[in-house]
Amino acid sequence: MSDKKLAIVATRGALDWAYPPLILASTASALGYETQIFFTFYGLQILKKDLDLQVTPVGNPAMPMPGNIPIPVLMQIMPGVQAMVTSMMKKKMQNKGIADLAELRELCVEAEVKMIACQMTVDLFEFKHSELLDSCEYGGAATFFEFAGESDINLFI
Amino acid sequence: MADFDQELDASGLNCPLPILRAKKSLAPMEAGQVLHIISTDPGSVKDFEAFCKQTGNELLESKDEGGKFLFLIKKS
Repeated sequence: MSDKKLAIVATRGALDWAYPPLILASTASALGYETQIFFTFYGLQILKKDLDLQVTPVGNPAMPMPGNIPIPVLMQIMPGVQAMVTSMMKKKMQNKGIADLAELRELCVEAEVKMIACQMTVDLFEFKHSELLDSCEYGGAATFFEFAGESDINLFI
Repeated sequence: MADFDQELDASGLNCPLPILRAKKSLAPMEAGQVLHIISTDPGSVKDFEAFCKQTGNELLESKDEGGKFLFLIKKS
């Protein structure tokens, strides 16, 4: 129906930051957009076959907590707090019928969202191609602009 | 209740899953066939309007049955 194009740069690798690019890309595909995501820096974590993203209250005073009781800042850095908050968030998401991240990513792959891993940051973090999704491609900034330059929407997340 | 050819129960699913499932259900259907969707996500009311507007499929009906949202979409 539409020949529109959406280009997204995904730079963050926390669980909560991983959702927006995947939600927008999968939905855009359903609406007929041709969609491409360029994963760079911590965004590369979203391409890991073994997805294990965490969410942290550190530096995020806006994170809602059960009962509206915030975790004191000094407690946030204690061992186990991040794991606890992550498991609480995952449980909450499951209860609310929010897609599991791996499922959402699979939906993007099925919808032929083109996933490009930034070659420079793959080298920087010494990730092996075998650690990342087989369907992703590798490229640099110029590769991104080839598509972004003719896109209707460009998002940096 | 109007007639339909396919049914999708998206109860309990949250954004964007009802839309993604609907897109998937519509894919193998033929033009003119009607998909009936059941959703419990209040956001899906606006979203199915927007989905139909952008994909050219026709939203024949959108009903709120007290927390259950029912849609009839005719494939273009």
